[in-house]
Amino acid sequence: MSLQGLAVFIITVLTVAIGLAFIRLVKGPSLPDRVVALDLMTTLSIAFVAAYAIATNQAIFIDVASIVALISFLGTIAFAYYIEKRA
Amino acid sequence: MTEILTVILLIIGAAFILISALGVVRMPDLYLRMSSSTKTGTLGVGSVLLAAAIYFSELGIASRSIATLFFILLTAPVAAHMMGRAAYFNGVPLWKETRYDELKGHYDLKTHVLTGSDEQPSADRVAEETEQPPAT
Repeated sequence: MSLQGLAVFIITVLTVAIGLAFIRLVKGPSLPDRVVALDLMTTLSIAFVAAYAIATNQAIFIDVASIVALISFLGTIAFAYYIEKRA
Repeated sequence: MTEILTVILLIIGAAFILISALGVVRMPDLYLRMSSSTKTGTLGVGSVLLAAAIYFSELGIASRSIATLFFILLTAPVAAHMMGRAAYFNGVPLWKETRYDELKGHYDLKTHVLTGSDEQPSADRVAEETEQPPAT
């Protein structure tokens, strides 16, 4: 199996993991549960983009991963801020 | 050599990512779930990013990838701390078999200030703590 093939397999595993996090997003009994699940999904999408960069041999996608990391941190902080204000 | 390292790092990353997603589904409690998603997820994503850095083995791409990795390492604990704090103030229940809640009675639920103990805090302690910046 080539390295590209392994990267495609890793993308499959990541898709399963994002699906599992989505189960928690749907089920989550409280709002913070859902936010944690969303945070995990964005974190996993960073790894998804990095694995996709290996699978397609296009290094430019690493930039996308860093931007997604920035946006995900801001989103989680905003959610935490408003949940704490709501308490 | 770089190929072997990339393969090993990719497989480790995928395994840890799968474990973190399983933990988020299976753990009994928000705080345990958050522990699983933050620590294990960061390790898995970091391994995949390191694998990308080694695979391309080019200075510009590797430095961008490692900068992303450091950013995740810095921000994941901060975000998890803020989420846990917000959840604790919201009264998200702990697991029924949790033995110790060391924060119980230590947080002022109105002002969101950490106080010393559940007895009446002494005067200098109060003065010390009101100097802290308000919860943001």
